[in-house]
Amino acid sequence: MIEIKELYKSFGQKKVLQGVDLSIQKGESMVIIGGSGSGKSVLIKHIIGLLRPDKGSVFIEGLDVTKLNEKDLYKVRKKFGMLFQGAALFDSLRVWENVSFFLIRHRGISEKKAKEIAIEKLRLVGLVGVEDLMPAELSGGMRKRVGLARAIAHDPEILLYDEPTTGLDPIMADAINDLIVDLKKKLNVTSVAITHDMHSAYKIADRIAMLYEGQIIETGTPDEIKNTSNPVVRQFITGSAKGPIKIEGVTDE
Amino acid sequence: MIKKYIERLGRLVSFFILEAGGIVLFTARTLRQLFTIPFDAKLIILQMLSIGVRSFPVVFITSIFTGMVFALQTYTGFKRFGAESMVGSVVALSMTRELGPVLTGLIVTGRAGAAIAAEIGTMRVTEQIDALETLATNPLKYLVIPRFLAGLFMLPALTVLSDIIGINGGFIVTAGIYKMSSSLYWRKVWDYLELGDFYNGLIKAAFFGASMALICCYKGFYTQGGAEGVGKATTQAVVLASMTILVSDYFLSAWLF
Repeated sequence: MIEIKELYKSFGQKKVLQGVDLSIQKGESMVIIGGSGSGKSVLIKHIIGLLRPDKGSVFIEGLDVTKLNEKDLYKVRKKFGMLFQGAALFDSLRVWENVSFFLIRHRGISEKKAKEIAIEKLRLVGLVGVEDLMPAELSGGMRKRVGLARAIAHDPEILLYDEPTTGLDPIMADAINDLIVDLKKKLNVTSVAITHDMHSAYKIADRIAMLYEGQIIETGTPDEIKNTSNPVVRQFITGSAKGPIKIEGVTDE
Repeated sequence: MIKKYIERLGRLVSFFILEAGGIVLFTARTLRQLFTIPFDAKLIILQMLSIGVRSFPVVFITSIFTGMVFALQTYTGFKRFGAESMVGSVVALSMTRELGPVLTGLIVTGRAGAAIAAEIGTMRVTEQIDALETLATNPLKYLVIPRFLAGLFMLPALTVLSDIIGINGGFIVTAGIYKMSSSLYWRKVWDYLELGDFYNGLIKAAFFGASMALICCYKGFYTQGGAEGVGKATTQAVVLASMTILVSDYFLSAWLF
């Protein structure tokens, strides 16, 4: 379904991705873990063509999104739904207009019908009676849920989650995890999430991949990752400051 | 010492060249979206309201007082050589050819241009522009085209009003304060005003509106670095757009009139 091959990307002097290889099967839930600044966000933005690589390819069902022209890229993007870290709701639109944005714009659905669909999608993520509010009136957890409702509104085949639990309290974070697992069952989608929250990763992943120094250094099921012998992965999943991973901006002395 | 100044000058020059190149490319990419479907009539009308209609009060105040002070200065000045009857012509010519379009352009830049840069900049740093892309919506089409069209059409519209209001401001002062005959003022307005003065002013206004909107969208679109970045982008947008209006005004005037 998704094939990432030899992906390289630098920003100025900073080499962020240095030959990433990863393949994600249809219907699979892949979680990419890695520290802050390891390039997880950059990687996920390449999957949906928000960034263009310096070298390498990303195949979505056989189509290389890094080489598509604008028109075809937008066509491929219709298969995707993406939840952003800060939800990225459109401030100027009401909640229901946010959720049904894609439907109104690309399917020419009437406002009345679009609102009905929006209400139904909002119920699916556990929200009732918020459709006429503005995004500024929502709490952080509610914003994420609305963002999720917007991502699934057009029944995408692939869902991308950028740090779905970051910035939420532990209970809200777990509720979002449950929701992601639940949506996967109900909608039967392929999903890619990036996170540094291991609790979340174990809960939502079929497979976990670790991104370190611009490459995928290990891939496995949550159980395989828990029992890994790789010292870098071990350090990351146990959350220890001591080990082979250098903390950026901090020296040993 | 001198080396430092030359370096600074060089940096400034390369900054302007880079910005100019960026804006031209951005404009080309935007204009390509002009004729693609869907046509966002609702978004365009909303922007015309916020850029055009809501700028009217400030344009009104600016224009009426500019017309008034212009009449006041020319009347007292021209009286020294007995030409005070010409006040109507001077006010009419300078409002339509110069002050109407330029002042309206600058006022709208300060009011609506700053808002454009800040809004689009905030959308960039909060990933709303990326979100548009993931929803298969071209942000140039969705955000920039409506603002561009609103600037292009609303600035001439505001300038028409500004011209009329300014000339009436001059009338208030000459007839009301200096007790000049009102028919003399209006006759002098019409005697020397040509249609070309009026619509060349509007061509300038359209250019100012379009470039102001594009520059402010451009600065907002490439904002980086959170809230501070939005502030910086907004300031740069207003400065760059105002400079463009003032500099291009000279060249447009030299070419058109």
